[in-house]
Amino acid sequence: MGDIFSNLGLGFGVVFQLVQWTPAFLGGASIPIPVNILLCLIGALVGTLVGVLPGIGTIATVAMLLPITFGLPPVGALIMLAGIYYGAQYGGSTTSILVNIPGEAGSVVTALDGFQMAKQGRAGPALAIAAIGSFFAGCVATVLIAVLGAPLTKLALAFGPAEYFSLMVLGLIFAVVLAKGSVLKAIAMIVLGLLLSMVGSDIETGASRMAFNIPELADGLGFATVAMGLFGFAEIIRNLDAGGESDRELVQQKVTGLMPTRKDMIDSTPAILRGTVLGSILGILPGGGAVIASFAAYTLEKKISKNPQRFGRGAIEGVAAPESANNAAAQTSFIPLLTLGIPPNAVMALMVGAMTIHGIVPGPQVMQKQPELVWGMIASMWVGNLMLLVINLPLVGIWVRLLRVPYRLMFPSIVIFCAIGIYSVNNAPVDVILAGAFGLVGYWLIKHDFEPAPLLLGMVLGPLMEENLRRALLISRGDWSVFLTRPLSAVLMAIAAALLVLAILPSLRKKRDEVFVESEN
Amino acid sequence: MNWYGRSLASGCLAALAGLALLSAPAQAQSYPTRSITMIVPFAAGGPTDVISRIVTAHMAQTLGQTIIIENVVGAGGTTATTRAARAANDGYTLITGHMGTHAASVPLYPKLAYHPEKDFEPVGLLAGTPILILARKDLAPKDLKEFIAYVKANAEKVNAAHAGVGSVSHVSCQLLESILAVKPISVPFNGTGPAMNALVGGQVDYMCDQIVNAVPQIKGGTIKAYAVATPQRNPSLPDVPTTTEAGLPAFQAQAWNAIFAPKGTPADVVAKLNAAVVKALDDEGVRKRLLDLGSVIPAAADRTPAALGTLVKSEIAKWTPVLKPVN
Repeated sequence: MGDIFSNLGLGFGVVFQLVQWTPAFLGGASIPIPVNILLCLIGALVGTLVGVLPGIGTIATVAMLLPITFGLPPVGALIMLAGIYYGAQYGGSTTSILVNIPGEAGSVVTALDGFQMAKQGRAGPALAIAAIGSFFAGCVATVLIAVLGAPLTKLALAFGPAEYFSLMVLGLIFAVVLAKGSVLKAIAMIVLGLLLSMVGSDIETGASRMAFNIPELADGLGFATVAMGLFGFAEIIRNLDAGGESDRELVQQKVTGLMPTRKDMIDSTPAILRGTVLGSILGILPGGGAVIASFAAYTLEKKISKNPQRFGRGAIEGVAAPESANNAAAQTSFIPLLTLGIPPNAVMALMVGAMTIHGIVPGPQVMQKQPELVWGMIASMWVGNLMLLVINLPLVGIWVRLLRVPYRLMFPSIVIFCAIGIYSVNNAPVDVILAGAFGLVGYWLIKHDFEPAPLLLGMVLGPLMEENLRRALLISRGDWSVFLTRPLSAVLMAIAAALLVLAILPSLRKKRDEVFVESEN
Repeated sequence: MNWYGRSLASGCLAALAGLALLSAPAQAQSYPTRSITMIVPFAAGGPTDVISRIVTAHMAQTLGQTIIIENVVGAGGTTATTRAARAANDGYTLITGHMGTHAASVPLYPKLAYHPEKDFEPVGLLAGTPILILARKDLAPKDLKEFIAYVKANAEKVNAAHAGVGSVSHVSCQLLESILAVKPISVPFNGTGPAMNALVGGQVDYMCDQIVNAVPQIKGGTIKAYAVATPQRNPSLPDVPTTTEAGLPAFQAQAWNAIFAPKGTPADVVAKLNAAVVKALDDEGVRKRLLDLGSVIPAAADRTPAALGTLVKSEIAKWTPVLKPVN
């Protein structure tokens, strides 16, 4: 325990380090500047901004800003990049709640109840609870990294292809529970999502699949492209449709209270706690950990709620749980990077690049060799989370006021920001056209009561599921029993089977109908 | 195959020709008059990107113009390379190509929209990153000889990992397998990170990968290295024998990175760019940073455009028979 305190002391020492700045105009006098704190603040601010602008994802931003950090000292550079990463998780919820556009895979579920809350004039409490939940989750995850980082690494390593496949199966069952309408339609959407995820190159042979010889499709459909189309553009078309405008005006008139009420806080507290626990555990897993975490947290809340029909209609737990989960997961996803030097996702891979350029190649010894880097980053996360809370709570008022902007002015700006965001991901014009096409598809889906959220989950899970299934079977030489003989995988499969049985057992059928099938009106 | 020691004479001749060109025309004095775009066909932070940034930062000083790095990812780097092949051949759009985009892509992608030799002017070789044969730390064989015997005896049981079709780790493992005449199961991952995770976690038995990614893991004892596939040992891993020392001289591989310009870029412009590359590779600061990454800096004779052209030709010839059976 003493070790942890001395390590954290070292970390905070690094974060609060003062650098003497001696500008010429002061004639030799020097001013102490807390450089790392400033870099953390810049990172958090940029991250929030990026999260708020729909479409411009974390990966694109970190990639664009990476060259700027080359001139900075390595600790400062990484503190800033980390700030962008978790700052974007805070900001990502804003567009989900205000305009129903999830900027990140992790905030898709936030849109389900968050946007409904905004429609009821409760955008303020939704945004505030997202920030508070994220802050709490961030604090817990930071402590977790400091105390349990090393032992938790073993969990990440124990997760082989078979375990991942079983986790993804569980994820698909979560997707069914997401639906607030017909279960059959939800399943149809998941399958369509899985099919869309098959577009691209075959992982084993590299052969092109369903790409129709269009070179831009060779790497598959981007998540941002489909999400912007199905959520953002489709929502806009629907709003411009007859009746949409009055619906929007309703939103603008009804705005009440910016901060959560006492009841909101009481309702959200357990959801935040559960979301934090789920997010912290799933975040450690490389790959889709953070996304699964937000979906799992939402599913859990809906499952254990006394009146699950509130979900999808503006339940504050439906915002609090996934937002806490995705922020906790964003934080704990640093564990494999800090303890093993292995980047668990694309953003972390860019951070490894940043370290490499500074001459630090992260590996299993990075904690011993670069303690001030590792502990400085861990300490900066807590400081950054506090900054984000301070930045975000006052911003809630401004965001809510944005809703009062007349829709005829608002929708063209949303379209433009989305288009810029989508283009910036790959610098490819085709992506913007595709998003437009998905906007039309999304409009048709809304009109026929199909929900886009299960489709997006299918799209995120599809490649992970396929790749890990094929890897697991390659390693086991085609023996399917591998999913049941490996203990971790068997446990995940058992949970998935239990959830399925719960849905199928005839005696429970009536109850399931209450849970899943709720008509829109 | 040792591409550094090859065709020394022709390399020297080309260097002389390059020098002659440099001193002559007036047109080259004016180039460059604006910023140059360097396309990097991989994500920021990867080995190719890091090497490009280190060298171009110095080149920009020599040329007196900024060099903007543009990372264009997709389809194993071929998307970016296609774009570079179609760019204006005025010397203001360049690309950092590598072993994959300018050699292995020819057999791997039958419908490739460019040809590394016909559509590009070679400018200069930047650096090579040696390939290592790596294994999970508890794999039974102690050295390369035992490993070869083990793989041959247990071809049914052994699993190799690679970072995706067309990646350096994939093509180099294919070369190793063709030399050993074994066909273990190769398990594809999405990038080096996940593949390394599987090796550290013991999910797979062995893989071939670039030295940059592997050194910290080897030093940390989470994986082990049997050999480095270059003629000389690498200073960052002095205890790891070369494949020649360990008894497999046929396996020679390194991922090389080099600058190319679109076909038809004026010879004087190419010469000026090449001179900037050569100057950067002689700079102490640049050398130290490249060596820290485990890179091998090309010898003087291998730095000319002609030497790079020869390298591309020989690399295509080397990889085509190895990779053809895959497709």
